[in-house]
Amino acid sequence: MKSLILIVIGSALINNVVLNQFLGICSFLGVSKQMKASVSLGGAVIFVITIASAVANLLYNHVLAPLGLDFMKTIVFILVIAALVQVVEMFLKKKSPAVYKALGIYLPLITTNCAVLGVALTNVQNSYGFLESVLAGFGTAAGFTIAIVLLASIRSRMREEDIPAPLRGAPIVMISAALMSIAFLGFSGLTF
Amino acid sequence: MNKYLERLYNGIIRENPTLILMLGMCPTLAVSTRAINGIGMGLSSMAVLILSNLVISLLRKLIPDQVRLPAYIVVVASLVTVTELLMEAYFPALYEALGIYIPLIVVNCIILGRAEAYANKHAPGLSVMDGLGMGMGFTLALTLVSIIRELLGNGTFFGRQILPASFEPISIFVQPPGAFLVLAVIIAVMNAIGIKTRQRKLVESGCDGMCGRCTAACDKAKEASAE
Repeated sequence: MKSLILIVIGSALINNVVLNQFLGICSFLGVSKQMKASVSLGGAVIFVITIASAVANLLYNHVLAPLGLDFMKTIVFILVIAALVQVVEMFLKKKSPAVYKALGIYLPLITTNCAVLGVALTNVQNSYGFLESVLAGFGTAAGFTIAIVLLASIRSRMREEDIPAPLRGAPIVMISAALMSIAFLGFSGLTF
Repeated sequence: MNKYLERLYNGIIRENPTLILMLGMCPTLAVSTRAINGIGMGLSSMAVLILSNLVISLLRKLIPDQVRLPAYIVVVASLVTVTELLMEAYFPALYEALGIYIPLIVVNCIILGRAEAYANKHAPGLSVMDGLGMGMGFTLALTLVSIIRELLGNGTFFGRQILPASFEPISIFVQPPGAFLVLAVIIAVMNAIGIKTRQRKLVESGCDGMCGRCTAACDKAKEASAE
């Protein structure tokens, strides 16, 4: 039980997916302009990554590994993720239009998010079991949501500031991310 | 200028994928802790990019338009797997250092972006040159970032100690925050001397439409807002 909690905390805070492993930077920098969009994207990412890590784990342990097709994992995972995002999108559209509407365009955008493939591959690397994979996926996605919502709040404060011209746009956002990343380094001192 | 050389110039300078188009940020930030890792990542991405441009350009009349993105992903993922296996066999040290970022070349926006924006419309020869130019641009930018980080964070240049021993290495530069800082400063300098990047567009619109799958998502967004 303790090790499971440790996986969630470790993947959400200590090894934060954006600030520490640099996965999903494009949407982190792009979408964090708006608070509301960041929250929606965070929700969509939690949803997709948790399901994707479960599916990838089952597929790897019950199909790829027994058949000795270990080397096919990159191809299989990326196709599964792309298909999964489509299926999730269709399912939500039909079964719960409210959620579908709230997630909006952020659902299809997730296929481009390298965090999804990254988590699936890391889980294989760490030889996690089913429950561990799902929790690691959930933790990672929660870490992504925390980071993007924090950055969005910083940027909403920054809107009124007089920023030096060369720093406007991407540079100041990256400097904010650097400071957040320094703050998150503090979590690496966490021990249990 | 010769149209083949023009492709090289375009990829390295005018549309430098990392510094001007701001594509492929994840590997740029993640593996740039050592200059040798930067070059290794750059070259392996370049190999995949050249071959994927070639294959997609050869297949451009055979792939039906509706399923082109899944088809490109399969091509790129196969090439990445081959690269990964070759690196594991011949460059085990580099393979260890780059780790998970090698299979993640599959989701590097530059590769899918060039397939969608160039290779599916042009002849194989030009597409190969385009891949070479873009790959060199990516490699050079990645090497620049990693040389700065290694020098400040470790006091070394390609693993050789060059700063005097009195220089205390600023280890934050080889840690994750340093990646954001160095890239922020490089782009700020480019802004200051008037080199236009597409970063404003990227950061302001959120939906930048630069790589293949983003474009597809953006089209959907437009349709949705039109409804």
